[in-house]
Amino acid sequence: MRLPRVQLPDFVGAAGAVWQRTPTWGKWVIGLAVLVVAVLAPADSVGRIMAPASDWKSILFFPIAVYILLAVGLNIVVGQAGLLDLGYVAFFAIGGYSMALLGVDQHWSFWAILPAGIAAAAVAGVVLGAPTLRLRGDYLAIVTLGFGEIIRVTANNLTFTGGPRGIAGIPHPPSVGHVKALQYGVLDPKPYYYLTLAAIILVVFVVRRLENSRVGRAWVAIREDEDAAQLMGVPTFKFKLWAFAMGAAIGGMAGVVWASKVISITPDNFQFILSVLVLSAVVLGGSGNLPGVILGGFLVAWLPERFRGFASHRDLIFGGALVALMIFRPEGILPSRRRRAEMEEGQAGLGTLGAADVTAEASP
Amino acid sequence: MTGAQAAAATGREPLLELGGVTLRFGGVVAVNELDLTVEKNEIFALIGPNGAGKTSVFNIVTGVFEPHHGAVRFGGTSLVGLPPYQIVRLGLARTFQNIRLFGNMSALENVMVGTDARHRTSVPGAVLGLPSHRAEERDGRKVAHQLLDFVGIGRVANETAKNLAYGDQRRLEIARALATEPQLLLLDEPAAGMNPAEKRALQALIRSVRDAGHTVLLIEHDMALVMGISDRVAVLDFGRKISEGSPAQVQQDPAVIRAYLGVAEDSDAS
Ligand SMILES: Nc1ncnc2c1ncn2[C@@H]1O[C@H](COP(=O)(O)OP(=O)(O)OP(=O)(O)O)[C@@H](O)[C@H]1O
Ligand SMILES: [Mg+2]
Repeated sequence: MRLPRVQLPDFVGAAGAVWQRTPTWGKWVIGLAVLVVAVLAPADSVGRIMAPASDWKSILFFPIAVYILLAVGLNIVVGQAGLLDLGYVAFFAIGGYSMALLGVDQHWSFWAILPAGIAAAAVAGVVLGAPTLRLRGDYLAIVTLGFGEIIRVTANNLTFTGGPRGIAGIPHPPSVGHVKALQYGVLDPKPYYYLTLAAIILVVFVVRRLENSRVGRAWVAIREDEDAAQLMGVPTFKFKLWAFAMGAAIGGMAGVVWASKVISITPDNFQFILSVLVLSAVVLGGSGNLPGVILGGFLVAWLPERFRGFASHRDLIFGGALVALMIFRPEGILPSRRRRAEMEEGQAGLGTLGAADVTAEASP
Repeated sequence: MTGAQAAAATGREPLLELGGVTLRFGGVVAVNELDLTVEKNEIFALIGPNGAGKTSVFNIVTGVFEPHHGAVRFGGTSLVGLPPYQIVRLGLARTFQNIRLFGNMSALENVMVGTDARHRTSVPGAVLGLPSHRAEERDGRKVAHQLLDFVGIGRVANETAKNLAYGDQRRLEIARALATEPQLLLLDEPAAGMNPAEKRALQALIRSVRDAGHTVLLIEHDMALVMGISDRVAVLDFGRKISEGSPAQVQQDPAVIRAYLGVAEDSDAS
């Protein structure tokens, strides 16, 4: 079924057009300005406006920065390669448990656990992807959904992961010198926010490079017509697996960073709802378009906090806002030029993400 | 007699060889015990009424379907069971009867996907910005522009593919396939939907593709085009080869005339 499309004044499209005409140096200036805002964001004066009812600095780290990092990671899988992953929380959990297990039992330092957690998540991504990425569309969604649950249930039932009580006493990253922003303690969330910000910048840099390469073109080709891509020489399985591994690695990275602050984790931290929220951040912001996805991650994390004053109604309001947005702007707030065109043709959307028309060529 | 001996005997060199190839869809035998040899640097046309099995032959050769039995060899290598992307790397590329461009990519990007078939950059190279990756990007961009000019649509390089005129989309498909540097180019009804002027230009283009050293296997319903351009023609009917030879020979073959009787209108339908 297709909902009637309501035409809103297209301020965002206009902004997109301006952006496309902006010279490269102009984009750098804008990027730098965004960075300055991000660095100054933890200020109390900002917090009074953005989150009067919560501890702004703390929510800036989690959920806001962590969700943005997760959204950028999941965007590679969903937005770039067009593969619907409903169990992304699994990789966040693998990162989190890597931090907890290696930190508490093995006394590894955060900086050693970070690459280990990223690698563990990436390996898990490959192990899950290798058999399932031959499936398409709906099947992949179901298998990934199952995987997300399996990881959580397993953590719940094993003794070395602490069962339902989880793991406590997780170490923090070592502090660096006497710079205040680098003292990783219990109380001040700011250093963790900056750490996550650095991770986001690194990941955005990596994703940008991939977008403008053989890899990024392969992902778009797979998303648009997987059979035709393969017939034009794209090793589709290999690049889908790469998308999966990259997304998983970033999810793992977010998990390690997050767990290094929270001291204790339990399986309940890794519920299905987290996969759904990150996925809605990607879709809401504009699948495939980095600025959109970052904005989506921010909104999905921030809006519920902003409306904390509404107490029990806030989930309702948040849900309503999501539904309204998907009706009025199904391509997301800041869609990529391409993705938007796909939406208008009705070839994209959650139902068909990654589900290429297998029979199109077979019956001319 | 082996392929090499045959080449020595006739002075020709077989590039693509099909032997006893059969493909069924349920009760329908789409391709029936087909033997076919395409030789290097010729323009070989595959014709036949609608549903004769022509596209199915392309689908078998490019790895979309595996034949139920029979052999498919390309330059001596068996293609049966290989995934399509590896077949492309061996030097075969195709266009589609129902255009299958990456509609929301620019024309240039579509062709660059073709050049990527020859490239090796993967995630590490792209992330680290290795020199080999940058060289491949430069090469891809350059070749893609050249190919767009070659097929005559250089002026729309940055247009979104699906917004191109129909004839230009068909040309873009040819450019994208050529970007993989195929020895054998398979064209599935490239003239479908073109006006007479466009068809003449296409005829010249196919010739220049051959003159550039490629072999062409062509499916086409437009008889004027087929007869004007082909070195050899094979005629399929209900999956069987009913005739083969020069255009003149095939046109006079009673079996061909019979097959086309009553469906004569189809000869220039798309
Ligand atoms: N994927 C498929 N599933 C079932 N039947 C198929 C499939 N592909 C082709 N066929 C059948 O195989 C036969 C040959 O089809 P094919 O498309 O190869 O013919 P064609 O010669 O290309 O025809 P046209 O000139 O109309 O393009 C037809 O009867 C067709 O219906
Ligand atoms: Mg056909």
